Amino acid sequence: MTAVAIAEPFPGERPVTNEIVREHKLNPTEYRAILDLLGRTPTLTELGIFSALWSEHCSYKHTKSVLRRFPVDGPQVVQGPGENAGVLRLPDGWAVAFKIESHNHPSAVEPYQGAATGVGGILRDVFTMGARPVAVLNSLRLGPLDDARNRYLFAGIVRGVGDYGNCMGIPTLGGEVSFAPCYTGNPLVNAMAVGVLREAELITARAHGVGNILLTVGARTGRDGIHGASFASEDLSAESQKRRPQVQVGDPFTEKLLLEASLELITGGFIVAIQDMGAAGLTSSSAEMAARGGVGVEVDTSKVPTREAGMTPYEIMLSESQERMLVVAEPHRVDEIRAVCQKWDLDATAIGQVTDDGIFRVVHDGRVVAAIPGQELVDGCPMYSPPAEESDVARSRRALTPAADARDLADALERLLDAPSIASKRWVFEQYDGTVRAGSVMPPGCDAGVVQVAGTSFGIAMTVDCNARHVLLDPYQGGMGAVAEAARNIACTGARPLGVTDCLNFGNPEKPDIYFQFVEACRGIGDACRAFGTPVTGGNVSLYNQNPAGAIDPTPTVGMVGLLADVTMAVPSHFRVSGDAILLLGETRGHVGGSAYWAEVLNTVGGAPPPVDLDAERALQQFLADAADRALLRSAHDLSDGGLAVALAECCIGGPWATKRYGATVDLGRHADTVTDAGWLFGEDGARALASCDPAHVAELQRLAHTHGLACHFLGLVGDADTDVIVQRDDRTWRWPVNRLRRIYLDAIPRRMAAAPSDAGVD
Amino acid sequence: MTRVAVVRFPGSNCETETLAAVARAGGDAMLVDYRETHLRHADAVILPGGFSYGDYLRSGAIARFAPVMTAVRALADAGGAVLGICNGFQILCEAQLLPGALQRNAQQRFASRPVDVRIERTDTICTSDYAADEIIRIPIAHGEGRFVADPDTLDALELDHCVMLRYVPVDGTDAPYNPNGSMNDIAGLCNPAGTIVGFMPHPERRVDPALGPGVGQRFFTSLMSRIATGVAA
Repeated sequence: MTAVAIAEPFPGERPVTNEIVREHKLNPTEYRAILDLLGRTPTLTELGIFSALWSEHCSYKHTKSVLRRFPVDGPQVVQGPGENAGVLRLPDGWAVAFKIESHNHPSAVEPYQGAATGVGGILRDVFTMGARPVAVLNSLRLGPLDDARNRYLFAGIVRGVGDYGNCMGIPTLGGEVSFAPCYTGNPLVNAMAVGVLREAELITARAHGVGNILLTVGARTGRDGIHGASFASEDLSAESQKRRPQVQVGDPFTEKLLLEASLELITGGFIVAIQDMGAAGLTSSSAEMAARGGVGVEVDTSKVPTREAGMTPYEIMLSESQERMLVVAEPHRVDEIRAVCQKWDLDATAIGQVTDDGIFRVVHDGRVVAAIPGQELVDGCPMYSPPAEESDVARSRRALTPAADARDLADALERLLDAPSIASKRWVFEQYDGTVRAGSVMPPGCDAGVVQVAGTSFGIAMTVDCNARHVLLDPYQGGMGAVAEAARNIACTGARPLGVTDCLNFGNPEKPDIYFQFVEACRGIGDACRAFGTPVTGGNVSLYNQNPAGAIDPTPTVGMVGLLADVTMAVPSHFRVSGDAILLLGETRGHVGGSAYWAEVLNTVGGAPPPVDLDAERALQQFLADAADRALLRSAHDLSDGGLAVALAECCIGGPWATKRYGATVDLGRHADTVTDAGWLFGEDGARALASCDPAHVAELQRLAHTHGLACHFLGLVGDADTDVIVQRDDRTWRWPVNRLRRIYLDAIPRRMAAAPSDAGVD
Repeated sequence: MTRVAVVRFPGSNCETETLAAVARAGGDAMLVDYRETHLRHADAVILPGGFSYGDYLRSGAIARFAPVMTAVRALADAGGAVLGICNGFQILCEAQLLPGALQRNAQQRFASRPVDVRIERTDTICTSDYAADEIIRIPIAHGEGRFVADPDTLDALELDHCVMLRYVPVDGTDAPYNPNGSMNDIAGLCNPAGTIVGFMPHPERRVDPALGPGVGQRFFTSLMSRIATGVAA
């Protein structure tokens, strides 16, 4: 236990009262812990610091005990959870740094800036590991597009994501967008960044060396974003709109300079440690770096460059102004650091030093305004394990079934392709630069993004996935399913899954049914990651995703990276050659519970989602990678939302800019089974993929599948360009002109967005 | 070896792949900072893509005042090879080394996609390795690529054969073939001599055959052979 340290109020600051404690969202237990720790009443500056670091966002106080159960080890792990980003080993001394993070609450009140700064923040997390960002992905969830505000949010979020990544020159290579009523008023914006580094150049955010200097690099500190971390830790309400001025404003141009300067400082060996001033700004970056290094720090807020005069230490410590870095360096390096920053037109300013007493100390004009035992500040927040219990509503939802199947299954497919969650996202990703850096192997619109590691033959495959409806209906199965779908997407490109980052978006954890969803979904993710050998290397938890109408569907977004050994062997998603054989990999059992077909066509969100078979998933992943290694596949596409019929349609429709779309003739009748027609067409059993190959390779693929214990059914042939997609089963035939399907699929989102207000956000 | 300067402005973000494309074509690629006042005896200069100064004012509007632009202008005046790609094209227009202007895309959204462009002139510094009227599919990624000019300028451009690349429809495309509403479907321009060129597509993103058809590579091989034969400068 550290000795009690003395601090005095900053002149003019309000004395701390119970009301002020409540305003800072600290409960009586937590305030009691603060009094015990300090042995006195905190100053207002100290209270602000506690409220930031002990917010849910920074402290993980409701989730740490659950997150601890994720598998985090593996031979490929260079850096697991606890740093700015996770790092996994690649061949030849290379490594990949990656992380996903949410920016949900800011995007709900200010979509453009909220989404833009979400991308900026996650990029900083990656390049502070010494990695050069090579790709961005994102997972967006919104309310239905028939609502004008949802359209406004959607347009603003997409523009914000695009403008930031485009300006930085980082390709956006993939992602997912889906729509459900629960996200009205509480959209989810999850951004993932992937970077590449030499493993030997890895740097961590660990302050050490008593007497070393703390410097801020980059933008000046303003009054924006104060208490962003606390805002992210409360339910959204009608009051939330008033928080709009608290949303930070992004400046990707400055961040581009910051990126180059940071990488030069790291690879040049000029600095000891570096951390982004993200959520809770200077407070969290300095306190966390000190705690990781087991040292104290002293920050002089009167030395921090500010945008306006008269900022108090409280404001400076809690500002979330963007594009700022905190750097620790040996004193004799300071001049060199200034020179590097000057080259990139940036300021570097010494604002403090590493101390030996373990105290987190803030001084302003010579006056100590905060002095808190540093380790306890970061680790001392009371932890909670609230009750977790499934609600009766949830149980009865799982027992729900629709009255009858759709009368016209051909029409049902068209309705599914017109559903914005399934339809082409071309309207979205044409706003994202997908080819800058000249390393993109697969265009957007494929199962996973793939980027070549410059100067090597290998590539990194990447994806983000979550079927929130499955998680809502069965959190454990849904959690496993999210990992399984991500791994299938990676494997369809021919890559082998390496590891996971997750963004756990849930409602208010203090409600037992919500906490049940959280605990069970995490258990599912953990079990699937163990089975696949893909450790969790970090991520982010976003709770209190509730609006007055209730909580969002539980949405644990899984970000995954994989290794593609030879980029020239990457397998595309769509059919490419008329006359190719179409193969269905994996067993079809006809589970339609929780399906998109039930939800979008029969208006029933219910039933039990298909049980996840982890062994079958692993067999499919290994088969796909082996088949790609031997160049046996012409295309491979995973089966997920909408099942076989949607996957077949997508393979025929082709990529977003395709000039050829193929017909197909598929016969499901050769398989004697009890699966219903709807189950065959729209069931969402996992561990399946649709592949095409040269007919001469069918036998070899079937032999390979057999060695993996995987079913491999020959379904039919790819047809000529601009013909029909035909599916037969016994005496039934369903037929669609491929160009009609393509038009429906491509127009679904633009048609709805054409009704959007022309000014979709803030410039 | 031919020396090619690639200028980095604050906010440039395509300089690395542009340097790589020059090197792959056999050139001696040099990165030149925007604060430099000479081009180190370069035979050609490329202004790469990106968001110079964030493009917060108007694309290229600030970059044209950068110290290096005096040297770029001197090279251009001497008949040297000057290329502007995307943001570089915008800068050349702002600097009035090429006519007209590039405004916000007609649809008011950023456009990242492949486009089909026809090579309208093969006697410029960067198109000699293409066949006349050859159509190539190549990526664009820009928010401000709608070429506009007054009617007289536009007529003069056509009369003098200064349209180097034009967006064209091809069979099977179901997206608008002109991605931004450019007048006369203009994707790229040159001066009458064909020594100063600017265009919106990104050939440097299509030079590695491992990642697909390397249709952009010939922009750079053309440049190398043009300089080697000493026609420019």
